[in-house]
Amino acid sequence: MSSTSLATAVRPAPGQDTDLLIDVQDLHVHFPTGAGPVHAVRGISLQVRRGETVAVVGESGSGKSVTSRALVGLAGPHARVEAARLHVGGQDAGRFTERDWQRVRGAEIGLVLQDALGSLDPLRTVEQEVGEALRRHGTLSRWDRRGRRAAVEELLAAAGIPDPAVRSRQYPHELSGGLRQRALIASALAGGPSLLIADEPTTALDVTVQAQILDLLAQRKRDGLGLLLVSHDLAVVAAVADRVLVVSGGEVVEEGPVADVIGAPAHPYTRTLLSAIPSAGSRGRRLSPDRAPLPERSIDVDAPVVVADGLGKSFRRRGGAIHAVRDVSLTISRGETLGLVGESGSGKSTVARLLLGLTRPDTGTVRFPGAERPGAGPQLVPQDAFGSFDPRYPVGAVVAEGLGHLDRTRRRARVVELLDQVGLPASVAERYPRQLSGGQRQRVAIARAIGPRPRLLVCDEPVSALDVSVQAQVLDLLAELQAELGTAVLFVSHDLGVVHHVSDRVLVMRHGEIVESGPVQRVFRAPAHPYTELLLDSLPPAVRPIRPPHAPVPEPGATS
Amino acid sequence: MIVLDRAGRAAARSQPAQRPRRRVRREQLPVLAASGVLVLVGAMALVPGAFTAADPILADPIATLRPPGAEHPFGTDLLGRDVWARVVHGARHSLFIGLTATVLALLVGVLLGLAAGVGHRYLDEFVSRVFDVLGAFPELLLALLFISLAGTGTANLIIAIGIAAAPRYGRVVRAETLAVRNAGYVEQAALLGIGAWARALRHVLPNALGTIPILATLGLGSAIISAAGLGFLGFGPQPPLPEWGSLLAEGRNYLRIGWWLGVFPGLAITVTVVATAVVGGHLQRRFERRNSL
Repeated sequence: MSSTSLATAVRPAPGQDTDLLIDVQDLHVHFPTGAGPVHAVRGISLQVRRGETVAVVGESGSGKSVTSRALVGLAGPHARVEAARLHVGGQDAGRFTERDWQRVRGAEIGLVLQDALGSLDPLRTVEQEVGEALRRHGTLSRWDRRGRRAAVEELLAAAGIPDPAVRSRQYPHELSGGLRQRALIASALAGGPSLLIADEPTTALDVTVQAQILDLLAQRKRDGLGLLLVSHDLAVVAAVADRVLVVSGGEVVEEGPVADVIGAPAHPYTRTLLSAIPSAGSRGRRLSPDRAPLPERSIDVDAPVVVADGLGKSFRRRGGAIHAVRDVSLTISRGETLGLVGESGSGKSTVARLLLGLTRPDTGTVRFPGAERPGAGPQLVPQDAFGSFDPRYPVGAVVAEGLGHLDRTRRRARVVELLDQVGLPASVAERYPRQLSGGQRQRVAIARAIGPRPRLLVCDEPVSALDVSVQAQVLDLLAELQAELGTAVLFVSHDLGVVHHVSDRVLVMRHGEIVESGPVQRVFRAPAHPYTELLLDSLPPAVRPIRPPHAPVPEPGATS
Repeated sequence: MIVLDRAGRAAARSQPAQRPRRRVRREQLPVLAASGVLVLVGAMALVPGAFTAADPILADPIATLRPPGAEHPFGTDLLGRDVWARVVHGARHSLFIGLTATVLALLVGVLLGLAAGVGHRYLDEFVSRVFDVLGAFPELLLALLFISLAGTGTANLIIAIGIAAAPRYGRVVRAETLAVRNAGYVEQAALLGIGAWARALRHVLPNALGTIPILATLGLGSAIISAAGLGFLGFGPQPPLPEWGSLLAEGRNYLRIGWWLGVFPGLAITVTVVATAVVGGHLQRRFERRNSL
């Protein structure tokens, strides 16, 4: 690499290597806390050049976001940032004052955060937002209204926003998540920076929108923009990055060209991360590096646990009714997992609530054939496990709540048994959910759900809020429990990889309707509906299921 | 190594590991003092005899208008009654009225707030409008209105202050109930087969009442002020019974010749109310910290 000679130089004169946008050696960040200082970043070194995409990959708490923030002087008022070398845009940022950072941010480095709604001022239109970025860093005068509007619209168009003239006059809450993220990228690029730092830019977005944003970033990269991408998602990283740094515990555990790191991971942690990604290839196997087979499940097709027929539900909103669910029928058999995929607003969560009886359908029926005990209705494993626990209840009381039919000693024994089934020690019963990690909380939610021995388990995005390695453990646990208990599972998720991994059959929903259904292998390998095809094509190539090169083309409008 | 960030440098200089612990202790000092004041005032109300041997009502024509001194720490009034004894015995009346009025306000407010929160939409509308109307008047004015209709006396004073303060609790309870009613854990309880009443009692009520002890502590202070204010106007316990508000009213006319007549009852009210505010504020901060964990 040509940069090795530079790396040893103490202070490269400006202009010596103008391609080197970021050059950091041995970065350390400490935060003082009540329990002593926390060493969040422990000696990370990285370089980003013009036209290059470098990805920092890690799980929550790995120090990846702190690193990216330290590079723009936003590590926080209490952070202590130290580095052997901290060069940003060819300047020594080691002695930067806040004023220096302000000059660099926006003009040299653009920053895009995950939370687009939180990053945009709700009281300002897109034009005002992007216009201010232009004015601060450009030559545009404060009074040149027309010039500003034209420049803003040009930027919005470049960020792939359709109808920029209309959109620029709207407020953030009037835009969809994807448009907001584009507006944010437009304002980050307004100052003409040569480097963009994007912290989880697509994490909250639907898969089709994610594909569009990644396209946009790749396009800007071809124009010569340097990109530092911070992400937990190795599949996204594989799609756009040139080089990858895998970080864990504030240190870089592996680094190199993306093909090497993903194709032949050297470090065990990288291997764990990669094997934790659920996909077509992981079906029937554990999401751990050894890929041990999961226990066999037996599906009893003649014993339907739930039969929903012609479900419809609409909600009254200002300006008319919204048909959240239209004519949805489904059956789940004993021991079977039915995947339900769709993007936000597709109505998949409403279907889950209808099956659970939490929402009453306008039309249609839900029947539970063969349900004799009244207490064993369908149970829910929610996305937000923490919010589903009464904050005053210790774990034991949370799990015991559904066991009212047992006497005190039998109930206590059952709680211990349930905790053991989800891999938690009995001592957890005395602790409070707020003292547990995200993965432990989800285990408690599962223990509570299987407590009354339900015949149907509804999992509504049960792993969406978890880190990929924790997600892998929870998915493995669910698969084991299902094989052991023979429960029918409705698995609702926006993540096609997860659904492909866990499901036997799958329903694809869009605008409240089922557009396609069938065995998961058939639907994902040879989709019959163009929307399913669009969803699958939007996946980053690393997790896209392999399809036969000439999939049979179905007649348009076919809904299986 | 290069050290960045001005605040970071400052933190590095002052040994960050030790600083937080010392700050917590300094923060707790006023809270401890305020709690001490409340305990002291409470003890005065319960066993005034332990603080003074003098009779608060017995006049002593020989020792009138004595300034504070060794024999009479707060001096004596026009009739030669010991002001310290009157302030100590007055704690019973002022605190009793403040406490019972707050309890009454809590009962009325929490019940109505809960009913509005879990009940039918029409009930909610009705209760909310009642709160709105009551809330449109200053509490003291409302209490005055009630007393002018129902007549003076300690019982009426308590009812007046209690009803006037009820909306402030009722509104909070209603809002919290509405927020908690659709919480994830209430839905989970429904799925686990817990009935509607049991859900309301087990999950909705306790979680909706989380802020009530804080509000009640803060409200106690204003109830004591209301009681003293109405007592000052002569609507409270009638003379010669000592009550802080009426003591203040008695002293008002003699401030020039006997400043101690007004200053000490006034101080008693001020210190007690400030103490409830400090303790209430501390409870609130603790509650917020717990919830932000």
